[in-house]
Amino acid sequence: MSTLTLKNIVKEFTSGSGASASTTQVIKGVDLEVKDQEFVVFVGPSGCGKSTLMRMIAGLENATSGDILIDGQRINDVGPAERGLAMVFQSYALYPHMTVGENMGFSLKLAGVSKEERAKKVNAAADVLQLGPLLDRKPKALSGGQRQRVAIGRAIVRNPSIFLFDEPLSNLDAALRVQMRIELARLHAELKATMIYVTHDQIEAMTMADKIVVLQGGVVEQIGSPMELYHHPRNRFVAGFIGSPKMNFLDVTVTDVQAEGVTVRLPDDSESLVRVAGQPEAGSAVSVGDRLTMGVRPEHLILDDSGPLGGQVQVIERLGGVTSLYLASPDGSGDGKIGGLKADDQADSGWILIADGDVASRVGDNIRYTFDSARAHLFTSDGLALPSLDRHPLTGLTRQDNSLSSVSAAQATDV
Amino acid sequence: MSTRASGRTVGGLRTLSLQAPAVGLLLMWMLIPLVMTLWFSFQRYNLLMPSVSGFAGVDNYYYLLTDPSLWTAMGNTLLLVGWVLVATVVGGTLLAVLLQQEFFGRGVARLFVIAPFFIMPTVSALVWKNMMMHPVNGIFAWIASLFGLPAIDWFASLPLTSVIIIVTWQWLPFAVLILLTAIQSLDDDQVEAARMDGAGPLAIFFYITLPHLKRAISVVVMIEMIFLLTIFAEIFVTTSGGPGLATTNLAYLIYIRALLDFDVGGASAGGVIAIILANIVAFFLVRTVAKNLEN
Repeated sequence: MSTLTLKNIVKEFTSGSGASASTTQVIKGVDLEVKDQEFVVFVGPSGCGKSTLMRMIAGLENATSGDILIDGQRINDVGPAERGLAMVFQSYALYPHMTVGENMGFSLKLAGVSKEERAKKVNAAADVLQLGPLLDRKPKALSGGQRQRVAIGRAIVRNPSIFLFDEPLSNLDAALRVQMRIELARLHAELKATMIYVTHDQIEAMTMADKIVVLQGGVVEQIGSPMELYHHPRNRFVAGFIGSPKMNFLDVTVTDVQAEGVTVRLPDDSESLVRVAGQPEAGSAVSVGDRLTMGVRPEHLILDDSGPLGGQVQVIERLGGVTSLYLASPDGSGDGKIGGLKADDQADSGWILIADGDVASRVGDNIRYTFDSARAHLFTSDGLALPSLDRHPLTGLTRQDNSLSSVSAAQATDV
Repeated sequence: MSTRASGRTVGGLRTLSLQAPAVGLLLMWMLIPLVMTLWFSFQRYNLLMPSVSGFAGVDNYYYLLTDPSLWTAMGNTLLLVGWVLVATVVGGTLLAVLLQQEFFGRGVARLFVIAPFFIMPTVSALVWKNMMMHPVNGIFAWIASLFGLPAIDWFASLPLTSVIIIVTWQWLPFAVLILLTAIQSLDDDQVEAARMDGAGPLAIFFYITLPHLKRAISVVVMIEMIFLLTIFAEIFVTTSGGPGLATTNLAYLIYIRALLDFDVGGASAGGVIAIILANIVAFFLVRTVAKNLEN
């Protein structure tokens, strides 16, 4: 039973000394509420402050200002060991000179727990993670996945109120990562613990989280369930960050604002109605003639010979099941420049369209396509999204709804 | 002639001829002095008595091994090596931990700690003898006088201890240098993980830092031992092996035999015994250290 509350957390680093000291704010006032047994994922580009935030929760770093509360108790001045948290490090941080068993029992040994008691708890944790046969080995004799499990086991042994994971899967290969993801989800269900997880991998975030916290530049951009972030991003950053490949963006002009939505003019002068609130009572008034940015996800573009948008195919990635077409932007800004496909500005200049695996297009073809206007997003010039008029039906979905354990639990209660 | 997996031939006249200059030079460097020492150790060869010469059999060894001064010298050697090793390893570890902390002027402090290593042994021994430990002019005598205590005549009353202090002062920087480098390679995550596991500074030192330094400490012990077995300059400059034989180690004993008694035969026998002793020590030590390094 553990909740975590962050109130206006600020972290500043001071470099230099005396009069020349300069202060850098890396966390700029973060508020967060983590409920009991919740799986919260901090996600964001590198340098966004997500690891710093976690280290402050762990007690490895001090918050410059603000309050950290666990179960309502302010713990800013409590040492890392006394907070009752356990952390799994990206590098695993196993003690190389100790066996697996000693690694896992180290915290108990320091706490003065008797040898038998220690062995019992270590064995129990080892059973959960299938580490039994490895207890007498040294970390260097283990594979990456096994080390990862030992690091998690070390956390379990402490029976913490909150688990902290700092990019725990980033050192594993792709296949192992999928396996560990499922295992972590299983552990979460089994241990019924509150977990906080830092990652830059949005697949991990989308698959494991109850709640995703998107951070950028020390500011929380949005907090919500994975489906909420995907379908109703609050601003252009979240829209571009969540979802892979990235959302496509296009500058459009408003031609009409009604109760049913906002009509915009596309580059080919055709008009399209997007179901977002643009009237003053929605709090985000736009008026005719405003320049907005329209965002459509690659998977919501549909090939259509009479479609309003078009572009030249520049690169094709065939994955068998689906095909990604990298296109010049419909407004011509990415025309004929493959250089526009650089990862960081592809959202700005080129468009990506995900079609089924049987698309016969060739590089150099000019294709036309349309989009699902119900799934398009409009962003004002300051990056904020106009609120969608239709809530996506899946936004209320919790992670438990996607796993078998909840189904069997539901069936059990039916009987 | 054998063939490597890569297909290159190993050995053979051509390869040998290419290796010959290097191997020949090494052989000359090592074998000739060794063989000459062995040869002299079986000869009656005293520079003061040129008329007495010829094969001596094991007489030189007999006289040496029945001479109590040999055993005194061996004891002194072991005491000197042992205490300097203990002092430099313990002091070096603590200083390395200290110098790893963030504090104002750390760079300067590191430099000062390393500095004694750059001073040549004779100079540092002279500085210690005349400026630190001198019963009249020395700083220690002055400090003692501040407390109204009588000055200690270091080299007369605590000769071996004085030499050990000087040699420790000289070799501490080496230990600090190696151990500080090693401590810097300690993974911060490990320390943080230990902190989260509830380890205080002492527990971190004993459970994390010290095991991490084990290999570096073995290296320090091995290298220092090689040099400490042959300490000479510090003894020569300060006590000349005295009073009596109080600071005579094996190297100094051989020097006395050869260049004060002019007994080349006896000194060579001492040299051979030193070689055997060094090899015995090296055999056990190198094996232990090598095993340690592997793990």
